[in-house]
Amino acid sequence: MTNEFDPVIIGFTCNWCSYRAADMAGTARIKYPHNVRLMRLMCSGRLDPTFVLKALAGGADGVLLTGCHPGECHYLEQNYKALRRVKLLKRTIAAMGIEPERVKLVWASAAEGTFLAKEIGVFVEEIKALGPLNWPQRAGINGIPVHQPEIEEVPA
Amino acid sequence: MTGEEAQTNGHRIGVYVCHCGTNIAGVVDVEHVSEWAKDALGDRGVVVGKDYKFMCSDLGQELIQKDIEREGLDRVVVAACSPHLHEKTFRNATERGGLNPYLCEMASIREQVSWVHTNKAIATEKAKAMISGAVERVKEHESLEPFRVPIEEATLIVGGGIAGIQSALEIANAGHPVYLVEREPSIGGHMAQFDKTFPTLDCSACILTPRMSEVGVHPNIELLTWSEVEKVEGYVGNFAVTIRKKASYVINEDCTGCGICWQKCPKKVIDDKFEVGLGYRKAIYTPFEQAVPKYPVIDHDNCTYFEKGSCKACEKFCPTEAINFEDEDEVITVNVGNIVLATGYDLFDARRIPQYGYGRLANVFTSLEFERMTNAAGPTDGDIVLRDGVTAPKSVGIVHCVGSRDRNFNNYCSSICCMQSLKFAHLVHERTGAEVFNFYIDIRTPAKEYDEFYQRVLDEGTRFVRGRVAEVTDAARLPGEEGKLIVQVEDTLAGQQRRIPVDMVILSAALEPRTDAYETAKKFGIACSANGWFTEKHPKLDPVATMTEGVFIAGCSTGPKDIPATVSQGSAAAARILSYIEMGELALEPVRATVIAEQCSGCRICNDLCPFNAISYDAETELSEINIALCQGCGTCVAACPAGAITGTGFSNEQVLAQIEGLLMLNVEPQPVAEPA
Ligand SMILES: Cc1cc2nc3c(=O)[nH]c(=O)nc-3n(C[C@H](O)[C@H](O)[C@H](O)COP(=O)(O)OP(=O)(O)OC[C@H]3O[C@@H](n4cnc5c(N)ncnc54)[C@H](O)[C@@H]3O)c2cc1C
Ligand code: SF4
Ligand code: SF4
Ligand code: FES
Repeated sequence: MTNEFDPVIIGFTCNWCSYRAADMAGTARIKYPHNVRLMRLMCSGRLDPTFVLKALAGGADGVLLTGCHPGECHYLEQNYKALRRVKLLKRTIAAMGIEPERVKLVWASAAEGTFLAKEIGVFVEEIKALGPLNWPQRAGINGIPVHQPEIEEVPA
Repeated sequence: MTGEEAQTNGHRIGVYVCHCGTNIAGVVDVEHVSEWAKDALGDRGVVVGKDYKFMCSDLGQELIQKDIEREGLDRVVVAACSPHLHEKTFRNATERGGLNPYLCEMASIREQVSWVHTNKAIATEKAKAMISGAVERVKEHESLEPFRVPIEEATLIVGGGIAGIQSALEIANAGHPVYLVEREPSIGGHMAQFDKTFPTLDCSACILTPRMSEVGVHPNIELLTWSEVEKVEGYVGNFAVTIRKKASYVINEDCTGCGICWQKCPKKVIDDKFEVGLGYRKAIYTPFEQAVPKYPVIDHDNCTYFEKGSCKACEKFCPTEAINFEDEDEVITVNVGNIVLATGYDLFDARRIPQYGYGRLANVFTSLEFERMTNAAGPTDGDIVLRDGVTAPKSVGIVHCVGSRDRNFNNYCSSICCMQSLKFAHLVHERTGAEVFNFYIDIRTPAKEYDEFYQRVLDEGTRFVRGRVAEVTDAARLPGEEGKLIVQVEDTLAGQQRRIPVDMVILSAALEPRTDAYETAKKFGIACSANGWFTEKHPKLDPVATMTEGVFIAGCSTGPKDIPATVSQGSAAAARILSYIEMGELALEPVRATVIAEQCSGCRICNDLCPFNAISYDAETELSEINIALCQGCGTCVAACPAGAITGTGFSNEQVLAQIEGLLMLNVEPQPVAEPA
């Protein structure tokens, strides 16, 4: 395999629009880079900043948060709360020495599979340009490359 | 505890990898993945790793059931399609095996892996990572029980158009009480304004009036016209709805609906609602002859008595002393188990496209104006005439898609305008013999007998010009244009610009969400799409339900549609509600938030975050509490509580954090380790 940097990105999707956008991308067989591993929250408003820190500390090079478009959140307006939180969070991680661009918020409706796939592609390129985060130190265990979260050693 | 048990926490997890025929197996090495799960994840609690052609089939499900019994599994992970497809299926299988259904988790390795990636090695590794995440998460799952709420028998219906009328009758005929709230003095909605309805051209009043009367006299329907909903509290099964009954200054118990009052009332008012500005009504009025209920209302803002302090002609002439100038608004509260919102649409304001001249050029009409004009009970007694009220047009241009399929206004198709324009073409042809031009982008006639109607109008000789009209003008340039309206259009079939002079132009304006749709949605705790139409719970499979349990939507409030579709939705909403009433109680998904009293500091940060007002502060205990029947489980408050005092069943911090950890335990490729910057 090549030595090219192959980032790992954790993607949080809300259950209603953006997870369905991912379903849609699948159903339509739209290809996007493998680097994003998605997981489901009920709503983008559920995003606890700790989740992002946990992901970055655990070895992710970037974190994608996706939700319904403003005005379309199935819990009415919780995505606005997510928007505010992500803004604050970007400031917080910047203070920790992490590029704020490693966290990105994308709105995608259930019909926007193509758009979501495209945005994932864009984000992967952005993270590739930033290079590995290497927040934790890495170690290989049992032949499987494993990220060892050693949060204590993180440079502030 | 042995070392191994400490790692696995004593869990016995079964991992099932679906081939989905070749949908997954074609890209992901499913045999390898299931082997790997058993071997590599053994120290993380996985005791069974299997792959199977179709996990969702009966045999696939039985595999899970049997393993739970034989192998003593306590958690199940199914790596297959999206949980939106089969989460229920596998939860049920888990339950049949004897476990709590919520102890099952899915990894979407079809929609998120095999269908979107092509490299087999990489896809296989990603599938493993997804399973690793699911395994870590499922360990944090708890047994959950759905909770049950009793269903109040009465139903509230908001909006008395044909959608609301249909819902009300279905529920009332089944023997259950209905409150029907309508903001105008009469029910009927837009349908009451029409003369003929496409495609059968049956008279609108003939089919609508009997339904309206049925509502008016139905023992199970309490009709609250001239009323608005002010506040909604509670949740499915048990809403408390505050309704304002506006002062009508008429004592309905005494009124016989004889009509003497509005004959005697000296104040003429331009009727810009029912007659869309083409006709007049009085200050005391019913919007139209067959109004239900028959009682008039006094329009406070236009009444001479309220303006000047004297008049009271209506009071003097009323034979039953039914007028009461001291009347005041009345606020009542009703308890209902379910709600239907059937608030309909507003017509696009054609003035917003100034180049079409509406409001400036006298003989440009809107579709609703034309409906009133063709109505025998309308302002021209059914005569199709120019704005002067006497001259019949010799040529008429009908412009489709005004404000629809137009990036500047509404992207969507208003769905009925083609048929409505064809109806107009037919009526003009039949009643005036005028030459008719229909200016269209595409003709959309997909429903039953619609295309046949189109053929009929074609046969009648209506001329169809394909192209979006650029301008309607009265500036004559060519011979024959003098005194006419000139429709400037690019005829895209002929490939040329054309100027077509006509006497009358009718604009088939778009259907738009009610101007107050967003406020209404907010009041009832539901969402609107970006366009402003009420959002369905699922656009295909649950089109009349909303994300808020117990609040249903029907008719044009969810998007433009014709009368048959509107009526079907009215019935569908009623059917959903009748099944709830029949059940007597409802089991709700236990995915809810709760406050851990010991940890709550009473800071109240969470209180305003909940869109459903589920969180309240108890001044006595100085703690916040969540009403689980109101909570919809979005999790925003869980994320916001600084004390970590709110936990979400089904979406706890532990579950999410474990899944993140699991997802990251395995990397697709070794990465070059660079020094931290
Ligand atoms: C010009 C024109 C011609 C048409 N011709 C045809 C035809 O020939 N055949 C056909 O099938 N379809 C036709 N349609 C479509 C038809 O009008 C609709 O399908 C139908 O009227 C929708 O009914 P509804 O009950 O959903 O909404 P509406 O008829 O709009 O009724 C909604 C009701 O709710 C009330 N309301 C609104 N908000 C509130 C509130 N907050 N509180 C209380 N009450 C409220 C309103 O006052 C109204 O009475 C035509 C449409 C137009 C514009
Ligand atoms: S935010 Fe947390 S601590 Fe504050 S009131 Fe709400 S539950 Fe209690
Ligand atoms: S989880 Fe969402 S819906 Fe439930 S109480 Fe918290 S904020 Fe309200
Ligand atoms: S449900 Fe999608 S952002 Fe709230």
